[in-house]
Amino acid sequence: MDSLDIVLIFQDLKDTFYRCFIVEDRWKWLVEGFGKSLVITFFAVLIGLVCGVLLAAIRSSYDKNEESLRMKGGFGFWGLRFLNTVSKVYITVIRGVPVVVQLMIWYFVILVSQKNDVIIAVFAFGFNSAAYVAEIFRGGIMAVDNGQFEAGRSLGFNYIRTMKNIIIPQAVKSTLPTLLNEVIALLKETSVAGYVGIMDLTKAGELIVGRSFESFMPLIAVAIIYLITVIVLTKVFTAIERRLRRNER
Amino acid sequence: MNDNKIIRVTGLKKHYFGGKVKALDGIDLDIERGEVVVIIGPSGSGKSTLLRSLNLLELPTAGQIFFNGTDITDKKVNINSHRQKMGMVFQHFNLFNNMNILKNMTIAPVQLLKRTKAEAEEKALQLLKKVGLEDRANAYPSQLSGGQKQRVAIVRALCMEPQVMLFDEPTSALDPEMVGEVLDVMKSLARDGMTMAVVTHEMGFAREVADRVIFMDEGRIIETGTPEEIFTTPQSPRLQDFLSKVL
Ligand SMILES: Nc1ncnc2c1ncn2[C@@H]1O[C@H](COP(=O)(O)OP(=O)(O)OP(=O)(O)O)[C@@H](O)[C@H]1O
Ligand SMILES: [Mg+2]
Repeated sequence: MDSLDIVLIFQDLKDTFYRCFIVEDRWKWLVEGFGKSLVITFFAVLIGLVCGVLLAAIRSSYDKNEESLRMKGGFGFWGLRFLNTVSKVYITVIRGVPVVVQLMIWYFVILVSQKNDVIIAVFAFGFNSAAYVAEIFRGGIMAVDNGQFEAGRSLGFNYIRTMKNIIIPQAVKSTLPTLLNEVIALLKETSVAGYVGIMDLTKAGELIVGRSFESFMPLIAVAIIYLITVIVLTKVFTAIERRLRRNER
Repeated sequence: MNDNKIIRVTGLKKHYFGGKVKALDGIDLDIERGEVVVIIGPSGSGKSTLLRSLNLLELPTAGQIFFNGTDITDKKVNINSHRQKMGMVFQHFNLFNNMNILKNMTIAPVQLLKRTKAEAEEKALQLLKKVGLEDRANAYPSQLSGGQKQRVAIVRALCMEPQVMLFDEPTSALDPEMVGEVLDVMKSLARDGMTMAVVTHEMGFAREVADRVIFMDEGRIIETGTPEEIFTTPQSPRLQDFLSKVL
């Protein structure tokens, strides 16, 4: 291979790069798409956490208090039983339907009049994530030894205080790795947002492929952006976990 | 009602599976202030169920439980305020894993009795000193031995200044060499006049410390008497049989 070849290869790469990222400021599409992916993930995580914790609270409260509430009867029992059933149905449905299908239902059915497609994605992914967070968190609560609960109640703490002081801190600690994994999974899941035309990172890459007639470079760029984000998130989360563990012991 | 009976149990039943299992099958029992009652009996006889019913960790199927003259099985009663006055010690210690020893001991007095943190800590350290663990105040439960955990569990309950202490096999999960240190704490508590209900397989403890021993079998109280009566002149064949196996 003489030096002319190398120059030619280099020239070729440069042309490709130019067509993929420079023409029409196409690199900006990736940046904007990435921004959308992050925004969708961030707010979906918020919705997922808040609703998921709420669902987990209902489900585990019912499981833990069923016997005493049944004996007392009245509205407390039936109210919680109703909420518990609704939560169960919700979780089953959400976990049984592919997220892309849910996204399309949100887009074409529930929020047809909504113009801002990011909001639609936030709702779809957020309420999807809630079901998973609920089950992770409920698992964590139920996994705390019941002796911890009984010891709290025997000292005179009511149910709420027992949960707040004793059970939830232990459940958060034990489920934190799984919860943080859910964040990463969610970020990657948002890559299907393009199905309803949302210009997220993946869709931006796809658009560049269509316009530049190049597939390798744009897709590798998209892949690297996801990968770096996941690596950074993993590093941050590991640091958080380590820090919490140090505080506990 | 304001007599010296701190706890009165009448007709207490606890059934499981719609009555197929009768963990408690009609229990009547009085405990006087300052009395040490030891409950013995074979496995599955309902000892734990009875003890855990006294602070309503188990909800009775039928019967009443009076604490200081109040029927705590009444649905309108706020059980939490009564539980504050009944300390409980578990077989598996159940120290709060997410808190150090000092926090384990102070969180309830601070939140429920509205003690200041300083007051609660002073009291906790004083009690820790009594059981020889003042240097472990900042340790976490996982860093203690079983015997140390159980001593902490006892003084944690004492921080709430209970009127009665309930013990469910407090030494059964301990290595033999640690049983003595826990029993010693319980003995000194009894000497100080604490009202105690103790489920145990430690017959030596029952003999030495109990004012009254109760023998249970199949959810009923079969025989009750002084340690002397129970251990030296047992009346019922079932108690005689039980003692021949455990002594
Ligand atoms: N949650 C439950 N569901 C069904 N049966 C139960 C339950 N808890 C206790 N029982 C039954 O009630 C009976 C009494 O149990 P309990 O634990 O009070 O016995 P115990 O005298 O404390 O025995 P041990 O010495 O083994 O601790 C047993 O037959 C037990 O199987
Ligand atoms: Mg038992």
